Amino acid sequence: MAIIEIHNITKVYNTDQVPVHALNGVDLNINEGEFTAIVGPSGSGKTTLLNIIGGLDKPTSGKVFINQTDMFALSGRKLIDFRLHHIGFVFQAYNLIPVLTAKENVAFILQMQGQPSRQCEEHALQLLEAVGLEDKVDKRPAELSGGQQQRVAVARALASKPDFVLADEPTANLDSASTNNLLDMMGSLNEREKITFIFSTHDQRVVERAKRVINLVDGKVESDEYR
Amino acid sequence: MLYLKLAWRNIWRNKRRTFITMGSIVMAVVLASVMAAMQQGQYTQMIDNTVGSFSGHIQVQAPGYQDEPTLENSLEVDTSLLHQLSENQDILAIVPRIESFALAAGLQKTKAGMVIGIDVEAEQDLSKPNEKIIEGSYFTSNTDPGTLVAEGLADYLELSVGDTLVLLSQGYQGLSAAGLFPVTGILKFGIPQMNNSILYLPLETAQQFYGVSGRLTSIALLTENPKKTDQVVSKIEKNLNPNLAVLGWQTLMPELVQAIQADWGSGLIVLMVLYMVVGFGILGTVLMMTAERRFEFGVMMAIGTSRARMAVMIVLEMLFIISLGTLLGFMISIPIIYYFNLNPIYFTGEMATVIEEYGMEPFIRFSTDPMVLYIQAEIVFVIALLVSLYPLLYMKRMEPVKAMRR
Repeated sequence: MAIIEIHNITKVYNTDQVPVHALNGVDLNINEGEFTAIVGPSGSGKTTLLNIIGGLDKPTSGKVFINQTDMFALSGRKLIDFRLHHIGFVFQAYNLIPVLTAKENVAFILQMQGQPSRQCEEHALQLLEAVGLEDKVDKRPAELSGGQQQRVAVARALASKPDFVLADEPTANLDSASTNNLLDMMGSLNEREKITFIFSTHDQRVVERAKRVINLVDGKVESDEYR
Repeated sequence: MLYLKLAWRNIWRNKRRTFITMGSIVMAVVLASVMAAMQQGQYTQMIDNTVGSFSGHIQVQAPGYQDEPTLENSLEVDTSLLHQLSENQDILAIVPRIESFALAAGLQKTKAGMVIGIDVEAEQDLSKPNEKIIEGSYFTSNTDPGTLVAEGLADYLELSVGDTLVLLSQGYQGLSAAGLFPVTGILKFGIPQMNNSILYLPLETAQQFYGVSGRLTSIALLTENPKKTDQVVSKIEKNLNPNLAVLGWQTLMPELVQAIQADWGSGLIVLMVLYMVVGFGILGTVLMMTAERRFEFGVMMAIGTSRARMAVMIVLEMLFIISLGTLLGFMISIPIIYYFNLNPIYFTGEMATVIEEYGMEPFIRFSTDPMVLYIQAEIVFVIALLVSLYPLLYMKRMEPVKAMRR
């Protein structure tokens, strides 16, 4: 069942009055439980597509449905709330809140969803345990390695029980060992919990693990391969 | 609770920025409140010098006396009037007076003088003549035949204690008034104009001299709080004979009110400049903070933090900084203001002469009125709070994708 339906998406940026076509009529469906990598050369539109799927950027034309909800028909406030409840984000540079501990960073999302403090804390601890950081729960981001920070980011992305997780170049700042650990952990969550992951990446190690690889070239889907 | 924690930790993330912002608020509160306390102290002093120690905060007069201060516009006083006034809880002292002018003469010279007939006991509450005596002694009763002469006038007339002063004037209803009065004491007033013209007679002696037995030109009243004069005037007017005029010091001395307003106006310009400097100082750090955290705000919005939640967080951060700054400024201001209240700034030389010519004593005692401090702290607090609205406006327009673009 498709949880993401993308219909004829285009995105045009007007840079110095010269229009740049970042996406040229992308049509895609992403099903529940997929482990998908969006690949392509720099400037191919990977990040733009991910931003549009995540509701962070609006397409110039076309529609995006998340579980049958027309995302861009939502008002600004509802769209932010929609992201909070339906989409998990993992960024290249981790982007944790620096003044909060690992546990608080994860609990932050839960508190925004309005869950009681005690429940938030318990759930945050479970998630950190699931990503193998049960001994680092009270550490602040600056006290964690890049790999550990990215694991906290994954735990945070999963905290809201999202429909899917978008990961923009999640391994770009990690060494090989941390990359493998992170991918093992994400792969296992995908297998066990049927969590849908969508990556944009250049990293061949991510591509090798993906069950579906979408290749974007010049803002168009050049190939879409299931493994 | 999470927002409080987040805001509190955020303000200590960049300690230097927080201290700079807080420092500018502290400076603003200290400068503004010390300056306002100095100004307010000056005004209190001006009022005390002229009103509290001479005219009284309120006067009961016959109608018309304020516009035409002659004995023909004096009022007849019975004991019931004084009794009615004494029953008013807001009145601290009741000082009956008869005031007029006379030609004063010594052996060789003559000069116009202001004659003030005073109640020997009651006057101690107002102009405190016995404290101003530099030579001789105070009156023994309201029928004492002597006179107290201001130092400047006595010098001009070449009079000293024991000499006789000649007074010539026009009395009530055209009577001619003339009398010889032994000088029992010499008074020194801080204000040169008064020091060169005033002479006191005991009340009944003055009434007899002017032929106005049982009449007064004014009944001066002292109240506890000069700022509440209007309210006390209204209360007195309600209970008193409507044919009497009850006037507050602002009506009695409009030139004093104008002088205070003019000075306050110029002081306000300085304060406004200070507020602007501080406002822009805080705005600078707020702009810096917003720019530095643009990416972070973008990420927070991306993961689902609403603009309202972020606004709460930012407002809490700014409230922490502003409250701490204001509180610290408050704590620094209090000892400074109290020090200059206990140790007034004295002027000497030409500056002192100029101040004396304006009818004031040449020193500034800072006001310790808590409202002065409170108002200034509140103004700085509000300015800082208004300036802090910038990040909220920024957030209102912010798009997460643009904010996260490095």
